[in-house]
Amino acid sequence: MTTPKVLVLRAPGTNCDHETKYAFELAGGQADRVHLNRVLENPALVEQYQIMCIPGGFSYGDDVAAGRIFANQLRSQLADVMHEFKNSDKLILGICNGFQVLIKSGLLLEDDAQGDPPATLCWNNHGLYEDRWVTLQNSTDKCVFLRGIQQVYLPIAHAEGKFVMRDQQVADQLESNQQLALRYVNSDGAPADGFPENPNGAQRNVAGVCDDSGRVFGLMPHPERFLDGTQHPRWTREGLQQEGDGVAIFRNAVEYFA
Amino acid sequence: MSLWEIDIYPAEGHVDRAGEEITSDAIDLGLAPSIKVAAVHGYLLEGSIDADEASLLANKLLADSIVEKTVVAPVGDPLLNEAPVDGAILVHVINKPGVMDPVAMSAQQGISDLGIGVEQVRTFRKYWITGVDEASVHRLAEKVLANDAIELAVHGPLQLEALAMGAASEFELKTIPIRDLDDDGLELLSKDGQLYLTLIEMQTIQQHFQQLERDPTDIELESVAQTWSEHCSHKTLAGRIAYKDGETERHFENMLKETVFAATVKIREELGAEDWCVSVFKDNAGIVTFDDDFNVAFKVETHNHPSALEPYGGANTGIGGVIRDTLGTGLGAKPICNTDIFCFANPEIAHSDLPAGVLHPRRVMKGVVSGVRDYGNRMGIPTVNGAIYFDDRYLGNPLVYAGNVGLIPKEKSFKEALPGEWAVVIGGRTGRDGIHGATFSSAELTSDSEMLSGGAVQIGNAITEKMVMDVMLEARDQELYSCVTDCGAGGLSSAIGEMGEEIGVEVYLDKAPLKYDGLSYTEIWISEAQERMVFSVSDENWEAFRSLCESEGVEATIVGKFVDHGRLVLKYQDTVVGDLTMEFLHDGRPPIIRDAHYQIPEVQPIDLNGKAGNLEQDLVAILGSLNVASKEWVVRQYDHEVQAGSVIKPLVGVQNDGPGDAAVVKPVLGSNRGITVSCGMNPRYGDYDTYHMAASAIDEAVRNSVAVGADPSRIAVLDNFCWGYTDRPETLGSLVRAALACHDLAVELKTPFISGKDSLNNEFSYQNDAGEKVTISIPPTLLISAMGQVDDVTSCTTMDAKEAGNVIYLVGVTKRELGGSHWTLVNELDGGAVPTVCPENCNKTFPAVHQAIKSGLVRACHDLSEGGLAVAAAEMAFAGGLGLKLDLAKVATDADYQGDEDTLIKLFSESNTRFLIEVAPENCDAFESGLEGATLSRIGSVTEDDQLVVESGGQLLLSTPVGQLKEAWQSPLRW
Repeated sequence: MTTPKVLVLRAPGTNCDHETKYAFELAGGQADRVHLNRVLENPALVEQYQIMCIPGGFSYGDDVAAGRIFANQLRSQLADVMHEFKNSDKLILGICNGFQVLIKSGLLLEDDAQGDPPATLCWNNHGLYEDRWVTLQNSTDKCVFLRGIQQVYLPIAHAEGKFVMRDQQVADQLESNQQLALRYVNSDGAPADGFPENPNGAQRNVAGVCDDSGRVFGLMPHPERFLDGTQHPRWTREGLQQEGDGVAIFRNAVEYFA
Repeated sequence: MSLWEIDIYPAEGHVDRAGEEITSDAIDLGLAPSIKVAAVHGYLLEGSIDADEASLLANKLLADSIVEKTVVAPVGDPLLNEAPVDGAILVHVINKPGVMDPVAMSAQQGISDLGIGVEQVRTFRKYWITGVDEASVHRLAEKVLANDAIELAVHGPLQLEALAMGAASEFELKTIPIRDLDDDGLELLSKDGQLYLTLIEMQTIQQHFQQLERDPTDIELESVAQTWSEHCSHKTLAGRIAYKDGETERHFENMLKETVFAATVKIREELGAEDWCVSVFKDNAGIVTFDDDFNVAFKVETHNHPSALEPYGGANTGIGGVIRDTLGTGLGAKPICNTDIFCFANPEIAHSDLPAGVLHPRRVMKGVVSGVRDYGNRMGIPTVNGAIYFDDRYLGNPLVYAGNVGLIPKEKSFKEALPGEWAVVIGGRTGRDGIHGATFSSAELTSDSEMLSGGAVQIGNAITEKMVMDVMLEARDQELYSCVTDCGAGGLSSAIGEMGEEIGVEVYLDKAPLKYDGLSYTEIWISEAQERMVFSVSDENWEAFRSLCESEGVEATIVGKFVDHGRLVLKYQDTVVGDLTMEFLHDGRPPIIRDAHYQIPEVQPIDLNGKAGNLEQDLVAILGSLNVASKEWVVRQYDHEVQAGSVIKPLVGVQNDGPGDAAVVKPVLGSNRGITVSCGMNPRYGDYDTYHMAASAIDEAVRNSVAVGADPSRIAVLDNFCWGYTDRPETLGSLVRAALACHDLAVELKTPFISGKDSLNNEFSYQNDAGEKVTISIPPTLLISAMGQVDDVTSCTTMDAKEAGNVIYLVGVTKRELGGSHWTLVNELDGGAVPTVCPENCNKTFPAVHQAIKSGLVRACHDLSEGGLAVAAAEMAFAGGLGLKLDLAKVATDADYQGDEDTLIKLFSESNTRFLIEVAPENCDAFESGLEGATLSRIGSVTEDDQLVVESGGQLLLSTPVGQLKEAWQSPLRW
């Protein structure tokens, strides 16, 4: 099997880059943490990688809005190279802040006629940052990262994770095209009926979204925070799982290039 | 040049959350319930920007077109001031000039990424208020909308012509004629100059300059004041003290060295070759060994005075500062977790009961929590442990303790600046922020403090510090510098002064990068602008160091040079503005000599007969008391899992919401070796005897760590003393007595103190309605923080009951110790004996409990603290979603008690060194034989039926649904 190279793209304020690199390596990839400034200086740098991941954190402090400044840089300075990467059968993953960046940069969902993204991630309903474990259901067949996954239990940790679409039409279209990939559910698998199972008030319980090809995926929960059994909040009650639920997402990415 | 205003409103159909929150705060404040506040946030942009560009920036960069809408116009345009609702009154809130505005800085970056020329950006908030009169709006602005320490409320439309601030000032060397002043003149100079030096200190400085036959420059006087400040030199506690308490008399040459520090020296001697301390009480944090590759560093700081004036900024820069402490330890430790402990007055106090100059405790608490949250979360450091303590004596002086643990490669644990190397500052720029913060911390707060010391308030910018952290750890690994320290209190003056203490240094003050023009050389020297670190870099490494910093967008500047001449030489352009010997600066301070008295109080017994009639009511009241009640509202706002090392989280149990005893993290990805972090604090015990308060705090911190699985032979502790006015012999006496306990317990338990910090003079004075001066002193408040170690985190346990049918044991001896207890608190009783610690008992109990946990015999373990056995049992039950059935007749006590006395002591006494432990039936024999040396009572079992049932020899005392107990515990602080 070929070992794909993973670009873990960090900006000022990115803070999950070490554990995300570790997660990809645990899954069999070879990952580098690369500062955004290196890519801005030399956009061709990305060509040597098969997977690009924008990890969690607070890029540029989440000032103005979460992920906005980073997304603005991708849009204004790296649009060509990013779309080239996306269109060459490679994978892009955005976790938490990375999801916020992807959606605001237009890389995940195509811009509408006004040149604006059709959906956004905004403030949690209760207006606070929240760290909490949630149950998630895969609701698509097309997302590469979710292959073979039905349900996962992962932590969220964010202030601006409420997924909102511009209108009903956008929502129906994304739904029918199976792009509303990952949903908050109750522990019995039924759709979440409000807080705390849906921790932020996301429309249609959406926790993760993929593009039409299924090769670009963004999600609010942190799969890199559940790689081994001791990270589960109740392992002292329920025993140690062999591996954490998050591993499968990284393994799917690596195995795509097998 | 034009000045544009961009107002951002929620879009149709989207909630105005900020407006709703302020409306609710306004009603809390007592304003008419008809009030309605609409909140807007916005940006002011100055530059050569046309209308199309302004609109583009508004709609593509600054606002989100799905959930927000904008109004864009030049400042002053009537369009901006059209009320969205008829009759709405307009208030703007804008930062005072020079206050850090991180959002504006990032927005400026975003705008320049789009290729649009912008010179200045500032953010502001704007409120439309209906339903109340103008007078109410003014009161709202003062109490809720703006904080006068950093912000300006502008009533009506914004009138501004330009944003630029600061003007270049002419250089002018100032000397202070000090040689001929009399004592009154010296005291006046100390006070007016905000030096906060004593008369003897001022006289010493005077004599020094008389010998030199010249007057000092202003910067020389400031340098001495900073270096000799309480904050930087700990002159009171490290000073000479004559102590007596009725039983003993002692003379200390250096009180801290002879108590807390002496304990560590003794423990290290006894350990000999097994000594696991690496660097204690000398660097910015204490360092102990961890594994084959790494050591760990730990430091807890306080940031009380700034947090009293501006809770958000004070707490924000408090956590930012302690993170720089670990970063500036050795050659740099990587921060791996935070711990934060706060003390507030009752957040439900009526606004009408607040003295002038005091912020409402609810506002203080919300501000402090947000400040810690926003900084810690942005730094990517998990906040894993904490506590909040409530007592009305914290009304004028809330306490904010912020701590950080760092991981450091073994070979990076020591540092030394060398002559000939450059002094380099990196990170944030220097402004007027926090001028006089170090000397201010020596002062008592008054209702005027806000006016006097507004400059002492700082706002942090976490991302600047994150960038500094990322780049410095890389530079450390590339070996590009030989010494580092943080810029904390006293700014460059302390950082460079300390680094050059053994060598000598010359400083080029005009080279320091500034936020704006107009700073004098003295302001540059003492500014406490945040997010700066100072390095010693050889000429050979300078280019590599500079370019590494530049590659991550971090500014690095040479501001001085270490020179082997034993002097501090300060230059501005070509003029020497200050020249002091390091010897005078660091060793010239006259020793402070103080008296310390303590009167050991006699125990006033409480008559317990007839007081056991409301056991359920008592238990519910204690669970709902603020110190015991769930802090989930706070905990969930902190990222406690970033870095992916969280093994035992702060919230545990079947619904992830029970109160964990200590956090466990594994800091090295792929390794199962862990660190525990816990704390102990009980100011109520200090009202009875500060010796036993301190001993109990140590026991509590240690037992919390042991409860999750820490090895008691490898627990390091930190002390943080927050006290009142220590010039009073009885106040200092209560502190010395606590320090004596720290010494005694540390030696007995072999838990070395590795670092510590104190904050004195935490008192607040105001005039009451009758015109009398009233002073509120905080209770003696000693925080003990413990850092333990776990060989293999998979052996850890948690406090939640796991399985019906398992056996419940109580480990430890229960004594008649209700003095300062929460049972007396909720029943408004005084008296009783305060809990004491028996070291022999600790040394039998802690290792045995540890061994049992490590061997996998323990299913749950919970420490007994506030509320005693009853509260511990209730928490264990509801965290596990199960019932417990206990028989008090089985509880081992130190003496034979009867009737009500027996019941109350067994349920609510807060005796130390006790654990509630759950064991599966098949492991009971092994568990019991392992605990042979300790006192063990088999008191009951876990049940299926979610009731907490307590009997005593067949007589039913209590039977309460655990759901009801949990609700009592969760509801008070469910904000």
